[in-house]
Amino acid sequence: MQHKLKLDDQIKVNSTKTLWQKNLARLLKNKFALIAAVIIFLLYFLAIFAPFFAPYSSTKNFKNKFFHPPTKIHFTDENGLTSPYIYGTEVKEGWAEYEINKEKKYPIKFFQQGDSYQFLGVFESNIHLFGVEADQPIFILGSDNYGRDLFTRILYGGRVSLFIGFIAIFITTFIGLIMGGISGYYGGFIDSVIMRAVEVIMSIPSFYLLLALAAVLPLDLSSAFRFFLIVSILAFQGWAGMARVIRGMVLSVKSEDYIAAAKALGADDKRIILKHILPSTATYVIIRATVAIPGYIIMESGLSFIGLGIQEPSASWGNMLSAAQNITKISDFPWLLLPGLFIFITVLSYNILGDGLRDALDPKS
Amino acid sequence: MRDYIIRRILVVIPLLFAISLLSFFIMQLSPGSYLDDLRMNPDISEELIRKMEADFGLDQNIFIQYFSWLKEILQGNLGESFTYRIPVAQIIGSRLFNTLLLSAAAMLISWGIAIPIGIYSAVHRYSFLDNIFSVFSFIGLSIPNFFFALLLLFSIVRFDIPLPINGMTSIMYDYMSPMEKVIDILKHLLVPAVVLGTAGTASLMRQMRGQMLDVINKDYIRTARAKGLKEKKVIYKHAFRNAINPMITIFGFQLSSLFSGAALTEIVTGWPGLGRMMLTAVRSKDLYLAMAGMMMGSLMLIIGNLAADILLALNDSRIKYQ
Repeated sequence: MQHKLKLDDQIKVNSTKTLWQKNLARLLKNKFALIAAVIIFLLYFLAIFAPFFAPYSSTKNFKNKFFHPPTKIHFTDENGLTSPYIYGTEVKEGWAEYEINKEKKYPIKFFQQGDSYQFLGVFESNIHLFGVEADQPIFILGSDNYGRDLFTRILYGGRVSLFIGFIAIFITTFIGLIMGGISGYYGGFIDSVIMRAVEVIMSIPSFYLLLALAAVLPLDLSSAFRFFLIVSILAFQGWAGMARVIRGMVLSVKSEDYIAAAKALGADDKRIILKHILPSTATYVIIRATVAIPGYIIMESGLSFIGLGIQEPSASWGNMLSAAQNITKISDFPWLLLPGLFIFITVLSYNILGDGLRDALDPKS
Repeated sequence: MRDYIIRRILVVIPLLFAISLLSFFIMQLSPGSYLDDLRMNPDISEELIRKMEADFGLDQNIFIQYFSWLKEILQGNLGESFTYRIPVAQIIGSRLFNTLLLSAAAMLISWGIAIPIGIYSAVHRYSFLDNIFSVFSFIGLSIPNFFFALLLLFSIVRFDIPLPINGMTSIMYDYMSPMEKVIDILKHLLVPAVVLGTAGTASLMRQMRGQMLDVINKDYIRTARAKGLKEKKVIYKHAFRNAINPMITIFGFQLSSLFSGAALTEIVTGWPGLGRMMLTAVRSKDLYLAMAGMMMGSLMLIIGNLAADILLALNDSRIKYQ
């Protein structure tokens, strides 16, 4: 009796784990995927709370401090370990060369008051994680051609670069699911219309299409609206591939017995598509989305890099890199390449996470 | 098979028509025209601008513009570039050749590196080197082409490597002997080809490794080993030959994706290819040049996909096309 009870308990424990819990457990076992997920989470966290983590506002510029090299932070002085401080710098004779003035130390203060900002459009605050006295800027990653803090702009730029991929894949998936679902389920004329449209879009080299579409946007748009339009462009280009695969999956699912059963029970088309067919594509959609996000991040940064994407003074990692397009600038001021490093880290993390997800969700492969 | 190919080619015609319609209207959606800049210029008279407008056909309704463009293009006339004032065909030929040259070089690099590494990784699965190669392939997959190009250019300047950093030829090109000319172009080709090539290597390497792993576990490999063949012979004569077959189809798809991928690399390294031409054409609203670039790029992509399908059919007799 005792034994039987135990067995029952065990069955209970096993059966309470749903498919998705099992998938999650499998994903958590993959250390690389886990690290990648943490890095991605951190990047999003930093970008969302950019006004707090950044010492300045994204457009704040310091006169006579353009192309300032990264400020060296000192942790020790003649008495040994101290709280961190920096030395001030003065512009030398010549172009963008700076001399360190060792006479005065500027301690780095935490929870410093500085430029005020609105957080999430609701709270007003002027507290920044760190900062120094107002007349001496701190550039932990250097400054750009307008004397703006690169670290600050990388955080603000991350808001654009990180979320553009996220939102674009959301819209792409939505359109792709609907179009692919309709196309595969109904077949016939509507299927061939949608599939011909898919073929047309997929037959134009994606970058050329993006180029032509981005050129349509007038330059004097507000940055939020422009962001939205760029997302739409990316989605316009991206839904086709998604729809094609979803259609294929729907076609194969459609002939399954449980669909016939649902039909026999009197379920209408909407219910069958939404409740029975599309959920079976979920695994594919999740993997595909994770794999596609870095592609969108690269496309956005590419467009912004050549000046057709996000426009100054808004920051995105791509348009920050365009300052590095000039070869003499990158050899003299290599820190201008740093936004590219952030693109790279983000894309790398997404790729590793996507790989891990594929292993976890699709044990067959 | 022949019927299949003919049908596939026939489908291309309405497809190209739809592409031209879509691209033409997208291009016309963009605000302003090429003449707007000229209007700002006080040296150019109103009459001249009106005459140019009529010459280019820009004074007409969009639909008439489209159909006259279509009529011309069906007669083999691609129109005239607004900015260069020469027939589009003259520009696009050399640009297309440059892009194809770059793509060919990139493919040579990626296949040359990826195939041996893929074989090695599969044969020595989970070995130290295999792991190193996978790390590299992840890095190669994740680094944006234009950023990698910038990094290479940066190191060339920083470490004084005697390589050109921009364009396709040096200033002295016209005075060089034919041999020097070739060397000069190859030198310029190096950076963009390496950038594009490594991007291709990363994915190709993984695919080759996967294919090879599939084959190595097959029964006929065990048979080959069981009958006492040398391991080298087993790998190269039996496994490799079967693993490389599916890779052939990837070749066609690569051809099509290279075109999109090449554009940004061309822009950063100043390589005068189709992608770079597209950027300037789109920016300056050089309508007919941009249209020709768009159509040419699409045609190449379609040919690439078609080639991939046909290669697949030729290669795998199990696939039947009706």
